[in-house]
Amino acid sequence: MVIGAVTLWFILEKVILIASIIGLSFFIAMYTTLAERKIAGWMQDRHGPNRAGPFGILQPLADGGKLFFKEEITPVTSNRFLFLLGPALAMIVALVTSTVIPWGAPVLTSTGTIALQVADVDMGILIVFSVVSVGVYGIMIGGWASNNKFSLLAAIRGASQMVSYELPMSLALIAVLFMTGSLKMSEIVSYQMANGWNIIYQPLGFLIFFICALAECNRTPFDLPEAENELNFGYHQEYSSMKLGFYLFAEYINMFVSSAVMATLFLGGYDIPFVNEASWGLEPWLYSLISFSVMMAKVSFLLFVFIWIRWTIPRFRYDQLMNLGWRKLIPLALFNMVLSAAILLWLKS
Amino acid sequence: MQLTQRAKPVDRSPMTFLESLYLWNIIKGMGITLKHMFLKKATIQYPEEKRPFSPVFRGLHVLNRDAEGRENCTACGLCAVACPAEAITMEAAERMPGEEKLYREEKYAAKYEINMLRCIFCGLCEEACPKDAIYLSQTFAPANYARKGFIYGKQELLIPHPIEQPEAYQKALGDRQPSSRNANQPVA
Repeated sequence: MVIGAVTLWFILEKVILIASIIGLSFFIAMYTTLAERKIAGWMQDRHGPNRAGPFGILQPLADGGKLFFKEEITPVTSNRFLFLLGPALAMIVALVTSTVIPWGAPVLTSTGTIALQVADVDMGILIVFSVVSVGVYGIMIGGWASNNKFSLLAAIRGASQMVSYELPMSLALIAVLFMTGSLKMSEIVSYQMANGWNIIYQPLGFLIFFICALAECNRTPFDLPEAENELNFGYHQEYSSMKLGFYLFAEYINMFVSSAVMATLFLGGYDIPFVNEASWGLEPWLYSLISFSVMMAKVSFLLFVFIWIRWTIPRFRYDQLMNLGWRKLIPLALFNMVLSAAILLWLKS
Repeated sequence: MQLTQRAKPVDRSPMTFLESLYLWNIIKGMGITLKHMFLKKATIQYPEEKRPFSPVFRGLHVLNRDAEGRENCTACGLCAVACPAEAITMEAAERMPGEEKLYREEKYAAKYEINMLRCIFCGLCEEACPKDAIYLSQTFAPANYARKGFIYGKQELLIPHPIEQPEAYQKALGDRQPSSRNANQPVA
């Protein structure tokens, strides 16, 4: 059966791919929560959760189960529809971002190639950015619909933080795009496979991008939207049960996806470092599997750094946060962009 | 006047450009946290592992029995007199014929109560006792929901029977043995 140029097989392939990527995102987000608590424990000379199953591997299930059984409270004065929409939007947006990321080398089969990427569109990276910007609505809607002044203030705080840090992030990205000359994620990866990873040519760009990614994911040291102890919990103050769980979980998925984006943009995506894997002559499926694991290793490393930073650096004050974003990172990113442009122009002429 | 040699002068000079970037200090801090990941954990995994008590630890009271399982206490009241917290009360009774296997001497404590909320675990009762009938063991009073639950009677305090429950007796006895001359000795 053929619908236009789209075969049933194509639809099936994409559905399977989407399902597995969503499953993977959930799985990794689940275990990032465990990793976070374990690493926090280790860094504080503790063991971390180790009671639920061996090494605490059942802890995320226990946590999730607990959230499901908690009383679900909807404030009477809240706007019910928007109150529900907030966490839903946060979750949807977090999941949608993973569509354009190439997870591994394409698998060659007798019927054709299967890209390990849901959509390899021309404006790949722009989709990530536009969808991430929509994520602000999850926070804003949730905070506003709670009808609580603290939630609202925290939501405004969170939204302005995310908007401010998107600017230097995009500026750092532009320098990368100067080099790769394409917005397509698969081409960015193949460029890096041919010419070396972008982090070598864009260390400053990577640093800026990484700092902004921390801020975008509301991670320490920029976790002001959820500063429980000093700022009254933040935009999800009125949320309970699994709606709160959705917000918290979406944050971990965001972390996972932004690690994947950073790995793709700066760490060569699924490229295996230091070797020319094309010359090995491996079976295509085996090569895809290895490249996928390499990608996952890079993502895991970045997730570890996220967690590592969280348990090292104290939280910024709000004015320091804005000062850093607008008065340090944006000029630095602009400088990086102009410098890369000048060097590229000089090399090409 | 300088009291110790540990005083450090505070450097209030403005930050240099490198310092104002914070990056170097952040990397140093991350090095410290990474180092701690591999250090020995301070945790004692409680139910499996227990912190060893000091040899002079004074825990929950035990009402002792002699080697034949007879109660040592004669309800003389010296422990109650010695107790600075006034936590001990007792009622004496006379041993009836046929109860020789239960009580060592002609008089015994029919009721013996220690209020664990009053007790300060000083061990003066143990020192006062001429019969080594009471001593402080190496366990501590578990939590309870009501104040009433902290008033320990003979049921809670009495050591298990050394012949009928030898294992439980040894466990309750602990490492701290009554020190006095007539400890666990049958009356001649």
